[in-house]
Amino acid sequence: MQIGAYSFGDTQLNPDGSSRSTAEAIKNLFDAIVHADTVGLDYFGIGEHHTVSMPASSPSALIAAAAAATTQITLGSAASIISTDDPVRVFQQLATADAISGGGRIEITAGRGSSVETFPLFGFDLNDYDELYAQKLDLLLTLNNSQAEHVTWTGRTRPSISDLAVVPRPVNGSLPIWIATGGSAPSSARAGRLGLPISYGIIGGQPHRFAPLANLYRQSAAQAGHSGDNIKVSVATFGLVAPTKQEAIDRLYPGWVNLNLEMGKLRGWPAPQRRDFLAQVNAPNAYFVGDPDDIATRIVELHRHLGHMRHFFQGDHGGLPQEYLLESLTLLATEVKPRVQRLLAAK
Amino acid sequence: MGTALARQALKAGYQVRIATAKPAAENALLVDIVTPGAVAVESSQAAASDLVVLAIPLHKYRTLNPHELAGRIVIDAMNYWAPIDGVFDDFESDPRTTSEVVEGFLLNARVVKSLNHIGYHELEEDDKAAGDVTRRALALAGDDAEAKALVATFIDRLGYDAVDAGPLAAGRSFEPATEIFTGSHTAHQLVALIQKASPLADAA
Ligand SMILES: NC(=O)c1ccc[n+]([C@@H]2O[C@H](COP(=O)([O-])OP(=O)(O)OC[C@H]3O[C@@H](n4cnc5c(N)ncnc54)[C@H](OP(=O)(O)O)[C@@H]3O)[C@@H](O)[C@H]2O)c1
Repeated sequence: MQIGAYSFGDTQLNPDGSSRSTAEAIKNLFDAIVHADTVGLDYFGIGEHHTVSMPASSPSALIAAAAAATTQITLGSAASIISTDDPVRVFQQLATADAISGGGRIEITAGRGSSVETFPLFGFDLNDYDELYAQKLDLLLTLNNSQAEHVTWTGRTRPSISDLAVVPRPVNGSLPIWIATGGSAPSSARAGRLGLPISYGIIGGQPHRFAPLANLYRQSAAQAGHSGDNIKVSVATFGLVAPTKQEAIDRLYPGWVNLNLEMGKLRGWPAPQRRDFLAQVNAPNAYFVGDPDDIATRIVELHRHLGHMRHFFQGDHGGLPQEYLLESLTLLATEVKPRVQRLLAAK
Repeated sequence: MGTALARQALKAGYQVRIATAKPAAENALLVDIVTPGAVAVESSQAAASDLVVLAIPLHKYRTLNPHELAGRIVIDAMNYWAPIDGVFDDFESDPRTTSEVVEGFLLNARVVKSLNHIGYHELEEDDKAAGDVTRRALALAGDDAEAKALVATFIDRLGYDAVDAGPLAAGRSFEPATEIFTGSHTAHQLVALIQKASPLADAA
């Protein structure tokens, strides 16, 4: 089981509640990735968000920088919103990072985006949501699967490519491409049919309820004749590890309030309540907030349902102090991971 | 939402048919695994059921076939929330509630608005036996008494108290961003909220 982290960047707040700089958030995120590499975390995913509170808008740029500054960690977008980006650029940028990394440490996760920021920003029409995603994924896969530098592709959402060079090629020929989904059944079936690994973002509810989806994914893959290493599941959840569960709860809670206040304004939700937060922090619920024993036990329990090979966590939102993020990354790598390995081996 | 509702309805002992915009054959595996016990059908067959729940993205409502749904009892579980779903003129320029717009498009279907104000994972987690004082309640609104009675029974069997908010237009009180939409309430609380939203409504 691989243990990792993901982030959309986390803009710090001044004592009066105003935002500090978004540049600082990016530098913090970069430092956190380097730290994660040093302490031995397996994976770091960099999301694409376009908000002041979560300013990691350019996963490819950050991954390229991190590729040069790290030695062992796997780096991936989590996710690249390909619907509103040019898959040619996404592929080229991450293949470039792959070359810098020495090869084999860079992944792409293709997502549709869970909010609509990118559609107005890049001038796309939300009515085309489904078609944009399907076509751009097709182009991304065509580029990645190409045996040669020169590629040909035709579609409706982007000018066709007629035998043009798309370079550099990845060091090992291709990059791992994952499908990100928040849990829609058709997305699971699609990833299976395509024979691509699937990454579930589980931000609420009870994660073990994703078991039928993972099952659908695996059976769809089998039915389409796909098997082997590429058929695998990863899981992204909220999570923060601290020396004790109480500390973890107290550290994550203020940022959770800030995040929910902001989302509430957008989505018309009421003010967040502490009891709503506390209702989520214990098994079998969605927030992996606790001490290393608690988190390791819960990962292993969820593994029984989903059979995932990677679990990665986001705890930095709403202005989490950087030291808490770094300590959580350390504990994930040095305390949680060995426990998970031991518990899984004992089964 | 559709798959969660299907599982909950199966649990309540209903026969469930599921259709999407795709042909039934393409959904067979999905339905078998994700909603075991339900049957993947064409949308015309789904529309011929005793009770039809619409849980498609609202902006696609014009892709529904009004002739298939003519005369049917239909729950509209769909929502319009522009900051997330994008801006659609059909709903921006029309003073009616979204359910009335849908009903207008469907000609003579017997539309009841409900199930729009519970999250799909809550639907499978918050259900309780009838009589439990903490049981969560769901509102319904519609202009056809017989249709509303059927929907109220359905909601009860899913594990929730049903509270009648009045005519279809009264569904405004539980559209997105309202207190009813964003919270979780018992029947008692829900009745009070509905009366607060439209004091003349005859909430029962
Ligand atoms: N998510 C929730 O928790 C929740 C809760 C309450 C209410 N709702 C409401 O329910 C609606 C659906 O939300 P969702 O999250 O379930 O969306 P979703 O996951 O995108 O599912 C929508 C489904 O509708 C199908 N569909 C589209 N056009 C159709 C047509 N003409 N006939 C039959 N099926 C069609 C789609 O099938 P294809 O894949 O074949 O296009 C898809 O399976 C929204 O209006 C939402 O506001 C959602």
